[in-house]
This record gives sequence, structure tokens and C-alpha cells, in this order.
Amino acid sequence: MTLRLLLTMAFAMAAMAAKDTCVECHTALGGELQAPVTAFAGDVHKRAGFSCADCHGGDRNSDDYEVSMSKGRGYLGKISRTDVPKLCARCHSDAALIHKFKPQQRVDQLAQYVTSVHGKRLAAGDTAVANCVDCHSVHDIRDVKDPLAPVYPTRVVETCTRCHADAAHMAKYKLPTNQRDEYRASVHWEALSKRKDLSAPTCASCHGNHGAAPPQVASVAAVCGTCHALQQDLYNNSPHKPAFDAMGVAGCVACHSNHAVHAPSEALLAGDKALCSQCHDADSAGGKTAAEMHTQLQSLADSLTRSNDIVARARRAGMEVSEAAMRLADGQERLVKARVAVHNFRTAAVAAPVKEGLAIAAETHRAGQDALAERDFRRVGLGVSLAAIFLTMAGLWLAIRSVEAKPPGSQTAGSDQP
Amino acid sequence: MATPAPGWFDERLGLSSIRKFVAHKTVPSHSGTMWYYFGGITLFLFVIQVVTGVLLLLYYRPTTSEAFESVQFIMTRVKFGWLIRSVHSWSANLMILAAFVHMFSVVFLHAYRRPREMAWFSGIGLLALAMAFGFSGYLLPWNTISYFATKVGTDMAASVPMIGPYMARFLRGGEDVGGATLTRFFGFHVAVLPGITTLLLLMHLGLVQRFGISSPPKLEGKRIAQMPFFPNFFLRELMAWYAALALLGVLAAIFPWELGEKADPFASAPAGIRPEWYFLAPFYTLKLIPSHIWVLEGELVGFAGFALLAAFWATLPLWATDRDGMLRARRVTGAGILLLAYYSTFSILGYWR
Repeated sequence: MTLRLLLTMAFAMAAMAAKDTCVECHTALGGELQAPVTAFAGDVHKRAGFSCADCHGGDRNSDDYEVSMSKGRGYLGKISRTDVPKLCARCHSDAALIHKFKPQQRVDQLAQYVTSVHGKRLAAGDTAVANCVDCHSVHDIRDVKDPLAPVYPTRVVETCTRCHADAAHMAKYKLPTNQRDEYRASVHWEALSKRKDLSAPTCASCHGNHGAAPPQVASVAAVCGTCHALQQDLYNNSPHKPAFDAMGVAGCVACHSNHAVHAPSEALLAGDKALCSQCHDADSAGGKTAAEMHTQLQSLADSLTRSNDIVARARRAGMEVSEAAMRLADGQERLVKARVAVHNFRTAAVAAPVKEGLAIAAETHRAGQDALAERDFRRVGLGVSLAAIFLTMAGLWLAIRSVEAKPPGSQTAGSDQP
Repeated sequence: MATPAPGWFDERLGLSSIRKFVAHKTVPSHSGTMWYYFGGITLFLFVIQVVTGVLLLLYYRPTTSEAFESVQFIMTRVKFGWLIRSVHSWSANLMILAAFVHMFSVVFLHAYRRPREMAWFSGIGLLALAMAFGFSGYLLPWNTISYFATKVGTDMAASVPMIGPYMARFLRGGEDVGGATLTRFFGFHVAVLPGITTLLLLMHLGLVQRFGISSPPKLEGKRIAQMPFFPNFFLRELMAWYAALALLGVLAAIFPWELGEKADPFASAPAGIRPEWYFLAPFYTLKLIPSHIWVLEGELVGFAGFALLAAFWATLPLWATDRDGMLRARRVTGAGILLLAYYSTFSILGYWR
């Protein structure tokens, strides 16, 4: 009897635990009241065992909506935009809770958000700024590593520019709305979209995500230097650093722009599209340094192209030139080093890798020439050998003719050989 | 010191009997005589394989850290090393092609019939050995293509029921293709296979000498002109060898055998991995077979099919005649045409797809 009672109680408790009247009722309601329930089916929180009541409050076990949605049971209703960050942070700032699900997850999102432009404006009562749900979505929130998540690297630009490319939305903040178009013309977008390089920078990489703010002039080099560390070091020790600081010009952006970062080339140093000449006269020390660096880099690039061409020709001719091809890769590496060294804005810094690169270019060019000479030698050798072979064959044919000039013998097939 | 007289050698080596045998040896002369040259061409290419193989052995080192570099050294630093390596690779392929032509000519001229059954069996054995030479030699340069092709090949062996895993382990010398596989394949390629091949080749050539060259059955009972083997046929055969040598020279000089890139076991397999051309037909067939046929695994059905086909083909002389010993020539010719059509069509499809 006691056992039966215990079993009945256990079943009743299990049924209560699994009960979710929010889902049951809202599924039956249809329309916009049903939409959150439908969306929540794929939500990362649902998979972790959370339900509507965990955010909206109320009692999910009661069938009476006046009870389940009563203030007495903690029902919060629709969360206001100003309350969203704090509501999310109830769990996301709780390390003990979050680390049960994701041991590596950070818990400082709210702390960062309140320092962001979005957070500060929200605190000041501007509800048009982005909060958690504007970027992560609501009711159908996906893991940040899910390729369909709005904050996944390939989607983050679209997510940010939903507001930042909206001229009407940005008007009151007096912010430009061309960032998306500029970014999509940049090398960073090319790396992300064409080469599928998920480490390529997006909006959040430079501006931060929860603590999103525009980098100030003084911190631009540090932002770019997160990835371009070598360039940052060279720039910090260059004569441009104190000059740009004094002028209040953001270092990297002055030459490379911010959102529209195009592929750099030697053309930035000298010629029609040169940037250096915008500040430095050709006869000035700066102008001469730029021209000298341009000459050095161009000379190495041209030499490597010539070597590459001749090695490729030898390879197409079937010659084994893999060693030369590997050395050419070393030469390309020296060119990259020399291009990076430009950020020191001193000819000596560029000259060292250029000198090494030129030596490699000369060595590989010789290897290519040797391979082509070897190809020609082989063909001449082949011609001589074929001539000797055909001559021998002709001799053999004459010998056969001579032998067969005598009357041939014949016999019946199968007489002595089956 | 006195020079030994010719009779001295004759007494000890029996040269006069050899001379007598050669002087009386004849070859049937008819419209299909040209097919008789392919056995000799295959033998000539085998000799080239042995000579160039021995020369490659002087520099080749069978370890994963040195194999690729040693072949690269042969091709770039050793005087005429490129020629030896290219001739070895091209000659291997031409030898298998010549062996196929020889086999099908034997089928269509019905030269496998009594009393030459053992010559057929030994010939089939030699063809299988030639393919084993190709499979084992393919891995030796230790480049990307050869590494992954061997991986695919030994994986296929592993999927044979019952004995498959043991067979794959025996071939690889471990769980995966690696240094042990390279050493093992090198051993097979330069010691085990040449030993077996020499014995089988001697048997095959001995049988050809013992029973002579067969005439097609359609000419039986008719007078067939006989060509003296020496010098008439021999000079013609020599011309064919020179033609093969010229072709080898052109291929080696104009299209030197590529070395590719060194194998990286941790890299992902490059696209379009496929075996040597003579394995393409079964490779492509296995690709076409669905994963499951009825309750059986598709790959197993494919292997069973190939095993049956190989057994059927190898035992051709046993089913080529009826109970009364009459030749079923049309049946054999039909089977030969079907096999040739299947092998050539699927090899081409396997190459292009």
C-alpha cells in the first residue's frame, strides 16, 4: 500500500515537472501569441532546459492563466527594452550557473555593455539603441558558434548594419551609414566572404561586441595591432608616430582608411596613387625615403615575377623544379617582410629583406634557366637517339629483306607443333 | 696460356644443341603474326625495368624521411637520373599495356588451348605480378598522390570479409600507411616479386619453347608458311624492341614522370585521387556500386564479383572446350570482347570522372 502511494506521488511529481502551461496555452492561441513558442523550439536556452517562465516569470504548472500569469507568482510580462540587459545578466553574470553549461563562457557581458555607447545611451533612457536581443535575437537565440546565429562572423556585419546602415535610425545620432558598403570593399570582407577565413575582422573585432565603442585616435594602432602586431611595433618606433600623435591623426587609418581597408601595394609609396606625396614633397627627406622604398620593393617584386615565370615555364615543360619553387616561396616571404618593414618608414629597414629577396630571385632565375637549358639538351639528345634508333631499324629492315630474298620454306600447320 | 677451343665450351654448355634448336625453330606466318611480337616486347620492357630498377637502387632510400628526397636527388642531381627514373616509370606502364595486348591476342588467336594451358596460367600469374609490381612501386617515391592511392588501395583490401583486416595489416605493416608500409613495399618490389617473377617467367618461356608458337585454329589443316625464328622473326622482333625503345625515349624526354609533392600523412587527401590506369576499371566500378545491394554491402558484392571474374578468366582453358575436347571458340571470343570492352570503357570513364 505504502509502495503504491509512493509510486503515485513520484509519477505526479514527474508530470508536474514536465508540465509547461505557457507552451500549452500559447500554442493553442495562434497568431502573434503563438510565435514566441514556435521560435523557442530551436532556441539554445530551450535545449539547456530553460522555459518561458525563467525569463518572464509566472507559474508554468498552473492551468489557470490568472494564477500562472499573476504577479503573486512573479509574472513579469513583456520585458521592457531598458530591463533586457539586466534580465539576461541574471544568469549570464552568474558564473556558478553559466559554467554548468559552458565552462569557458565569459560572464562580464553586462559589465562591458554598461561601458558601451549602446549601454550608456540606454541608461540615459534612449531605448532605440541596441540591447542583447537586437543582436542575439529573442526567443530563437542560437549559440554564437552556430553559422545561422546573427552574431556568427559571416553574419555580424548584416546584424550591426541593420541599424547602422539605416539612415533614418542613425539621423538623430549624426552617424554615417556607409560603413557596410565600405567594409564590403575591404580586404577584410574579402578574406571573410571569399576565403571563408572566420578569423578575419568584422565590426566586433575592432569595436568590441558587448562593450561596442568607436576606437579613439590614440587606440587605433592598438586595435589594428591586435592582428597586425609587427606593423604596430614598427609604426610605434617610426618617425610618424610622434608626428601623427601631435597632429591628432589616427596612425593606421591615415593611410589605410578604417572600414574600406584596401589591399596595400607599392603604389601607396610613389606614383599617381601615392599617399606619401600628400604630405611629403618629392624633394623632401620624406619624399626621397618613400621613393627609395618604392624602388626597392618594386625591384624585388619584378625580380620575383621574372623568376616565377621562368620556373613555371620549366615546370610546364615537365622539369623537376620543386626546390626552386620552394626557394621562390622564401623570396615571396622576403617581399612580405619588406612590405611590412615599410611601417618603420626608414629605407634601411626595407633594404635588408629586399637584398635577401633579390639574391633568392637571382638564384631561382638561374635554376629556371638551367632547367630550360636541360630541357633543350634532352630534346637534342632525343633527336640524336631517335635518329640512331631509326637508322638501326632501317638496317634491320634491309637485313630482313636480304635474308628473305632466299626462297622461304613452308610446312603444314600442326604437323610438328600443335 | 692457351685459349679454350670452341669445342671446350660446347662440351660443357651444350651450345650445339641450343644452336640446333634455334636453327630449327619456326614461327607461323599469317595475317595475325604481328600479335606474336607482343610477348617479346613485354619481355624486353621487363628487362628495361630490371636494368633501370637496379640503377635506381644505387640512390634510392626507402624511409619516409628520405624516399622523396632521394628520388628528387636522382631527378635533379644524378647525371641522367631523370632519364633512368622516367624510363623506369614509363616502361612499367608500357610493359603492363604490352602484357594486356599479349593476353588478348592469345585469347583471340586461341593460343591457350591444349597443350598450352600451363603457359596461359603462368602468363596470368605474370600479369598479376606485373600489377603487384605497379602497386608496390607506386608508393616508393612517397609523394602525395602515391601515399593516398596506397591508402585507398589498402583500405579496399581491408574491406574484404574475414581476411581483409589481416591482409591490410600485412600490407601496411601496421594500422595505417606509414614508414613500415614503405619498407615493406620496397621489399616486395625489389626482392619478393622479382624472385617469384623470375621463376614464373622461366617457366612461361620454357613452355613456349617446349610447345612452340601456336597457329590459329581456323588455319588448322591448311598449309601455313613458316618463318624461321632465326634470323627472320628475331630481326623483326628486334625492330619492335627498337620501336618500343624509341617510344620510351620520346615519352621520357618530352613527358618526364612527375615527382609531385612529398606525402604528408596529416594533410587531407587531395581531390581526384585515383590509382594507376590498369586499376581504374575496378576502381570506377566500385564507385558506381550502391552502398547496399539487398542485405549485402555494395563493396563486398563488388569484390565478390571481381574475384569470380578473375577466377573465371584465369581458368579460361578449362571452360574453353566442351566435354569432347572441342573448342568453344565463339564463346571465348565473345567473352574476350566483353572483357576488353568493359575494361577499356570503365578505364576511360574512371579517368575522366
